[in-house]
Amino acid sequence: MKTSFNKTGLATILFSMVLVGCSSAPVEETSTDIEDTSVQTGQVDTSGIDDSAMASSADTVFYFDFDKALLKPESRAALLEHAAALSSNPRSVRLEGHADERGTREYNIALGERRANAVKEFLVLQGVSGGLIEVISYGEERAASFGSNDSAWGLNRRVELK
Amino acid sequence: MRKLYGILSLTFLLALSSSSAWSELVIRVTQGNDKPTTVAVSPIALNGLRIKEDIGAIVEADLQRSGLFRTTPRRDMLAFPSKASDVYFRDWRMLGSEYLVVGSMRTIADGRYELEFSLLNVTAQKTEFKHAVRGRVNEMRDLAHLVSDKVYQEITGIRGAFSTRIAYVTANRDSGKFVYRLNVADADGAREKLMLESSEPIMSPSWAPNGKELAYVSFETGRPAIFRQNLVTAKRQQLTNYTGLNGAPAWSPDGKKLALVLSKDGNPEIYMLELSTSKFTRLTRHFAIDTEPTWMSDGNTLLFTSDRGGTPQIYKLNVATRATERLTFRGNYNARPSLAPDGRTLALVHRESSTFHIASFDLKTGRMIELTETRLDESPTVAPNGAMVMYATKQGDRGVLAAVSLDAGVRYVLPAKNGDVREPAWSPFLQ
Repeated sequence: MKTSFNKTGLATILFSMVLVGCSSAPVEETSTDIEDTSVQTGQVDTSGIDDSAMASSADTVFYFDFDKALLKPESRAALLEHAAALSSNPRSVRLEGHADERGTREYNIALGERRANAVKEFLVLQGVSGGLIEVISYGEERAASFGSNDSAWGLNRRVELK
Repeated sequence: MRKLYGILSLTFLLALSSSSAWSELVIRVTQGNDKPTTVAVSPIALNGLRIKEDIGAIVEADLQRSGLFRTTPRRDMLAFPSKASDVYFRDWRMLGSEYLVVGSMRTIADGRYELEFSLLNVTAQKTEFKHAVRGRVNEMRDLAHLVSDKVYQEITGIRGAFSTRIAYVTANRDSGKFVYRLNVADADGAREKLMLESSEPIMSPSWAPNGKELAYVSFETGRPAIFRQNLVTAKRQQLTNYTGLNGAPAWSPDGKKLALVLSKDGNPEIYMLELSTSKFTRLTRHFAIDTEPTWMSDGNTLLFTSDRGGTPQIYKLNVATRATERLTFRGNYNARPSLAPDGRTLALVHRESSTFHIASFDLKTGRMIELTETRLDESPTVAPNGAMVMYATKQGDRGVLAAVSLDAGVRYVLPAKNGDVREPAWSPFLQ
């Protein structure tokens, strides 16, 4: 049972009856009444968002070392190409930063953002308008390779240009 | 500002198919106390009432899971007494039971049930207490956990946390598509309820101190945003919608503020959001990563993770003065602090050489103790009674939840049937 929600306004508020306490019976000194705090269920559908397109071209994915956000020398040629293309033919791009699964999730999302910002700064230094670049970090939430080993981790520490 | 936060609303499922919902997580105790106390739980007398849950078995499972108790097998019992006057202490002494729980169910007004139970001290041949708990037919597991709480407290002197809940995130990949779910279940993994489902990541659930709301991060808008959601009404509100990170919400002890992380000014900083006024106050100012704030009980001190010293370490921040002090020095990665109710013990993610463990850190003595031996352990959350730390770890390539006591003597694992389970958040006491 999927339901959709409208995040743009107050208009579509749909409540069910609140399950509230049933504490009408008198309470003895050595007794405990249960307050009914039954958890209810909610669902959100984000059908408008497409997450299936995962560009595999090496040209648009740039890799990083563990806990580092320094661009690697081998990323430079492809980034220069992108910078030239975006300068001569401006379009909005999205830089998605990612981390491997090691370390904590919130730290990793910060790390993914730092990596994406490193790519953005490089592109801006090459003349691309910063206003065209959106940076978003997924941290370790969107692995490209599933596995707990060095090769999977290496593929996951990345920034994807989309 | 306030008008920017659309109050989100949604319809919700009135009820999940309850029979399948509560068996999602199954607990396996992997290590217990060296000298557990032996407790016998006589099956609860139902007096002809039809109740599908085996309350005595739920109590046994609770006590076993704590690691502090061994239960006497039912098949060894010579009789199933339901009140103290029916107990022959000699029988139970012969079985090696140090304590015995007996109880009996009856109906009272309004279709409610009353479970009267007693804890008997077999060694001293006396009744320790007699107590009654009441609830509806769909609250039999609640009644069982209340029995466990009372028995645990009487014997250990520590308040039981069996009646608490856990929130956690699951992630599944179904034909290339991700499905993220935010769930709330009883502390034993039973009665799992779906709070939110999305094809975009869900992260960092945090309990309001009254146990009635969660704050969390959802990417459902295509970007991270912080939401709060009432667990009873399922009503949701989007709290942040800034460019960059919107993460790591942590409810203040008085429930009036959230500490959180925004990177709208260029890099991740800790902010405080006053919930009644929607006013944001920036608390940190540093080019490093500052994240994972957690409140101390004074409501004026935050602990957080920062890599301003070169590696991620735990820092302390005075909210009023903004004075900041580094707390951890041992290890090359210390992050995501979770404070125990004693106010001085932290559970955190700790790396000494190359593997990530859960460790405890004593704020007074500075002593760091590794609690876990698996690798890739993360997201520690301390039970409200301070007895156990739950955390996420890997079994093979799958994320599972596990728990360890703060003295490392007791361990258990909650394997899920499918998908990755992660980011447990232990509720406060709910009653």
